Amino acid sequence: MSRFLQALFGRLPIGWFQLTHSRTRFAAALSGVAFANVLVFVQLGIMLSMATATLKPYSFFQADIMISATDANALTEGGNVARQWMFQAMADPEVVAGTGLFIGNIAWQRGGKTLGLTTYGVDPAQPAFLGAAMAPYARTLQLPNAGIVDRFSRGLPQEIAAAIRPQSPSSFEASGTQLTLYDTFAGGGGFGGDGYMLVSDQTFLALFPARRSGAPDHILLRIAAGADPVVVSARLRDLVSDKSLRIRSYGDAAQEELTYQQTKRPTGIIFGFGVIIGILVGLVIVYQVLSTDVAEHLSEYATFKAMGYGQGFFLSIVLEEALILGVLGFIPGFAVANLLLIGMAKATTLPIEMTFGMAVYVFVGTVVACSLSGAIATRRLVAADPADLF
Amino acid sequence: MGDDHALDIADLNHWFGAGEAQKQALFDIDLEIDRGSLTVLVGPSGSGKTTLLTLVGCLREVQEGSVMLLGHQLHVAKPAQQIALRRRLGFIFQAHNLHGSLTALQNVLMGLQVHGATDQDTQMSAARHMLTLLGLGDRIDYFPANLSGGQKQRVAVARALVGNPDIVFADEPTAALDRESGMTVVKMLKQLGQVRGTTTVMVTHDNRILEMADRIITLEDGRIVNDTSK
Ligand SMILES: Nc1ncnc2c1ncn2[C@@H]1O[C@H](COP(=O)(O)OP(=O)(O)O)[C@@H](O)[C@H]1O
Ligand SMILES: [Mg+2]
Repeated sequence: MSRFLQALFGRLPIGWFQLTHSRTRFAAALSGVAFANVLVFVQLGIMLSMATATLKPYSFFQADIMISATDANALTEGGNVARQWMFQAMADPEVVAGTGLFIGNIAWQRGGKTLGLTTYGVDPAQPAFLGAAMAPYARTLQLPNAGIVDRFSRGLPQEIAAAIRPQSPSSFEASGTQLTLYDTFAGGGGFGGDGYMLVSDQTFLALFPARRSGAPDHILLRIAAGADPVVVSARLRDLVSDKSLRIRSYGDAAQEELTYQQTKRPTGIIFGFGVIIGILVGLVIVYQVLSTDVAEHLSEYATFKAMGYGQGFFLSIVLEEALILGVLGFIPGFAVANLLLIGMAKATTLPIEMTFGMAVYVFVGTVVACSLSGAIATRRLVAADPADLF
Repeated sequence: MGDDHALDIADLNHWFGAGEAQKQALFDIDLEIDRGSLTVLVGPSGSGKTTLLTLVGCLREVQEGSVMLLGHQLHVAKPAQQIALRRRLGFIFQAHNLHGSLTALQNVLMGLQVHGATDQDTQMSAARHMLTLLGLGDRIDYFPANLSGGQKQRVAVARALVGNPDIVFADEPTAALDRESGMTVVKMLKQLGQVRGTTTVMVTHDNRILEMADRIITLEDGRIVNDTSK
């Protein structure tokens, strides 16, 4: 290590010698950096999983444009949209198909446990609106009171989920309707409910007697091949008489919900703060270690000044130390965070995972933050006065 | 003043503190020191020896008067020039001021690397050689904490001399050295003066060293009261 650093800096790796001279302090400093890394990784992992979970339901369907109520910041939020606006939109020559999307929550009583299923009702006669993973179930959904359920639902044992097959369906009663689950799909618990369920619009209306077929939660549109959903959306905003409606491309709608979840909802804000706190903790720890180190070596630094070493030399020692702390602290931080994220994913069924991008971001961030702390810590060097040495 | 002067000091005054508490430590010092000479500064404690050494050694800012160090006027020297000048000096402090995280050899290497870390093998062997000359050949990989006071001081001497300084400033270096190694160091400095023209200015009260000095300057209350050359 010291040989590598010697080659890197073209001088004796004094920072390395200084840091490793007191082993307990070095270990404490490294665990501090590792701790900050773990904090950031965990928060980032949750934030990213929130993004994945937020976008997941959008992948169940296939659409170019979505029409929603003015207060629909998320798929599961906001009022209904009258179906007459769908017909009005379909007058546009480039809009080729439209359908209603119904959303509600169904409680599945399983033994002593209740699973909250976010339930989507769609028209199975229009499989073009189903996402690739859902399209194969279009025929199944046409059966009366049929449903397919998220096999990764929180609280649904794997072997029970695996047993739900067309030849061995599972039934339960919800709001007076006997619902039959014929198959499962890969959803993955979200932050809202425990899992997802897909039913036909007819079944949905049976499950929610208060809902009307003329007023779905959202309207999905498909447009002609080659048409630009953003351009068509803009045209539809002129065409449709209800100006309060949100008419956006399907992609924009997903992106806007993500931004909303991450910046307007308390959960998103809390995890965002967690990342900032992790970074601050790291900065403070590294600054503390390095500035103590500078303070303890003031007379040595003053001696070096007397010998003719310049400011750049001292800066490079402190940056060397910062780099060592950043790189060596990252390794255990990464390892521990990996284990934690795996454990959290198991416990919550959220799509939490360590990604390559996260690792790169946090590593670069750690090195930058450490260097920054180091640069601030060198301000103490001014106090090293060679005139005090004699 | 010519090229044969390592130091040329004229009308040097120095004060500590400000306002009511201001106290003058040096009064009208005029002094020329020849290249290659061994000059000893003596005088009672508080007479200004250390202050003079730090001023002419480019470690303290000149307030009034002129100090020409190796042909450079100090009070007009820019920071970069000061750094360049310091590299041509060797300091032996009262306290050894070794870096505790570096071995004896690494401490001595620091005296060489200030000139750049090129050709590390040559630097290594030069550092080893210097330590061996000072009787520390078997201690080169020891940390300061594992060396005796005299051994540490000898490492500090090796660090000061390894870079071939033009002037060596030493402030009571023999205080921590046993008499034998104290003499070894002074003989070495004397020899360097003859062979390489190294100039030494040393504060000491050691009689044996006084005998070897080319010149003895006595300070009292910030003034030169005696100046004897041999
Ligand atoms: N940093 C300082 N601040 C204030 N006064 C000082 C300082 N250094 C030295 N002095 C004063 O200057 C005078 C000369 O001190 P010094 O040069 O250390 O003498 P010597 O080395 O001959 O013992 C003394 O009166 C001392 O108290
Ligand atoms: Mg003194």
